[in-house]
Amino acid sequence: MNVSLFITCLADAVYPSSVGRSTVELLERLGCNVSFPRNQTCCGQPAFNSGYQKETQKVARHMITTFEDAEWVVTPSGSCATMVQEYKKLFSDDEKWQKKAEELASKTYELTQFIVDVLGVENVGAEFHGTVTYHSSCHMTRLLGVKEAPVRLLENVSGLTLTELPFKEHCCGFGGTFAVKMMPISQQMVDEKVQHIEETKAACLVGSDLGCLMNIGGRIERTGRPVEVRHIAEILNSRKEVHT
Amino acid sequence: MSIRISNEPFDKRVEKGINDEFMRSAVSGAQDRLEGRKSDSTAELGTWEDWRDHAEEIRQHTLDNLDFYLQQFAENAAAQGGHVFFAETKEEANEYIQSVIKKKEAKKVVKAKSMVTEEIGMNEAIRELDCEVIESDLGEWILQLDDHDPPSHIVVPALHKNKDQIRETFHKKRGYSQSSDPQELGRFAREQLRKEFLSADVGITGCNFAVAESGSVSLVTNEGNARMVTALPKTQISVMGMERIVPTWEELDVLVSMLCRSAVGQKLTSYITGLTPSEADDEHAPEEFHIVIVDNGRSKILGTKYQSALQCIRCAACINVCPVYRHVGGHSYGSIYPGPIGAVLTPLLEGYENNKELPFASSLCAACTDACPVKIPLHELLLEHRRDIVEHEGGGFSEKMAMQGFAYAASHPKLFEFGSRSASPIVDRFSEKESGPGPVKLWTKIRTLPSQKDDRFRDWFAERERRKNDGENS
Repeated sequence: MNVSLFITCLADAVYPSSVGRSTVELLERLGCNVSFPRNQTCCGQPAFNSGYQKETQKVARHMITTFEDAEWVVTPSGSCATMVQEYKKLFSDDEKWQKKAEELASKTYELTQFIVDVLGVENVGAEFHGTVTYHSSCHMTRLLGVKEAPVRLLENVSGLTLTELPFKEHCCGFGGTFAVKMMPISQQMVDEKVQHIEETKAACLVGSDLGCLMNIGGRIERTGRPVEVRHIAEILNSRKEVHT
Repeated sequence: MSIRISNEPFDKRVEKGINDEFMRSAVSGAQDRLEGRKSDSTAELGTWEDWRDHAEEIRQHTLDNLDFYLQQFAENAAAQGGHVFFAETKEEANEYIQSVIKKKEAKKVVKAKSMVTEEIGMNEAIRELDCEVIESDLGEWILQLDDHDPPSHIVVPALHKNKDQIRETFHKKRGYSQSSDPQELGRFAREQLRKEFLSADVGITGCNFAVAESGSVSLVTNEGNARMVTALPKTQISVMGMERIVPTWEELDVLVSMLCRSAVGQKLTSYITGLTPSEADDEHAPEEFHIVIVDNGRSKILGTKYQSALQCIRCAACINVCPVYRHVGGHSYGSIYPGPIGAVLTPLLEGYENNKELPFASSLCAACTDACPVKIPLHELLLEHRRDIVEHEGGGFSEKMAMQGFAYAASHPKLFEFGSRSASPIVDRFSEKESGPGPVKLWTKIRTLPSQKDDRFRDWFAERERRKNDGENS
């Protein structure tokens, strides 16, 4: 299966390579042939969520062109996958681009959604020892409708104990530009989220969206809590450490 | 009061809300309780999503044919002796209500809870006539006694007050000397209010839904006060927003069920009252029944991309799940309509000037959209507002430059790569400090930033491809 990876701007330009590396290795292990179209940039959410329609259209056209020839597009972000689904609404008075937007939307999947729904795999053969809790991001669960896939994949990781996060449906307070535009409100939201994470006593927080993880992780680090924050691709790509 | 409840700037209101620890614990407790009850009562139905589809369809059909149903309603109410008045503005509504009160030489009005009367500032208009207005909903009465403290929730208006504060208010304003036990407080309120019901000249209610086929007004309450308001005074006035109408009793049945379950998690509230004007010599009916249908900006929303906001049945389900409301409370919105529906509706009714922060005070988590029993796409309407604000009001010079720059770079990959590569070491410098340029500073003030330190995915991938190709060629 030929997969074009849409890595997202956060995993590409802000985070160290680990999330992207794990995504590629995981997909390859599951039999996919992974390519990385180098012209890719960002899905356009910063402009979209701030109300800049024309600017969003510009970025969307670039995304559509970049992935035009892809067979499948897979991205390690529920929020960016949701954004791609929104493209068709941006071109409601432009038939040509609307059709292209629909084509891209129909072949674009969030990573865990792709593994479970397209590849039909629920156990990726990963091994990770420890208790983790999972943050289900808002766009991924409510707008993209992907709730079960990440949980099922995590439950099948050998050695992993999954504890449910209380108030798991509550937003972490990221919201893109909201995190800086409405910083005092965002701070209250992320603080409550961190408190709920601590209540689980899990050593590790796992999520499927780097935006949320950057927000929660950044707050955890700033306030000096001993919780590790990992992207789900990193967990699903973990293998038993072999000491030689 | 009118829609606006504060002249303070948005930031100040939010700051006040965030620092009000008591209010925040009351709000989060109430949210958890109300949301829990709602989940139970909707799960019990089994087919909640089908009910939502049906309710949405009813609301959409009614709004698409609003002129027809309003006329049908008005004709049916008038044929049975009701006095129906269409008010285009809040001033027209208040003048009509004042004229009824003057004609009756009323000295006391007792009223049931109603958001639209708050919206038009009716109580102030009545007081201008030297006529008392007594709120009879317990929450509203407490707020009224407490020097007209504004409501902070559309269903539970005194949500931000605890029993000790209520006891204090009763003591100061009405000489109450017993404990803060809710039963004792409740008994005292009943005694006080009973006198008001018996001595009022005019009773005023809102209207949850008007029924077009019979010309009736329906009220959904728990305390029974609306029954007293509509049964005791000889003259009755019901004030309704022009969109609050259903074609027949059959649709009323569906929407009342959605309202009760969504608002308070009850199958039905204690009282569902249906009032139809009556010409018959009925000693239980009021002598005069006036119905004031208020437009006040609603017809301007009809037919626009915001029309779905008029589907609202004022259940507050969106407010009860909103994470922003949870932390800032109702007063931060500066409007009698708080929460997600308030952030959508207030700018529509009152303009952007005082309200342009409201559509941005959302993380777009869409919990509101999911919770709405009539499927108003609330987070999408907030986005529509953002687009309109950027397009018509200007989003601020520096933000506009930043967004245009972003769009240019994100559609020119070489520039994007160059830009992000140059930004990375700069960002790295600030990752641990509470500093940095512009938005970075607002980020690092409370959180750290990830640090790449030359470990970038696209370099790793390119290097790997290169090695693969070398391997194949050798």
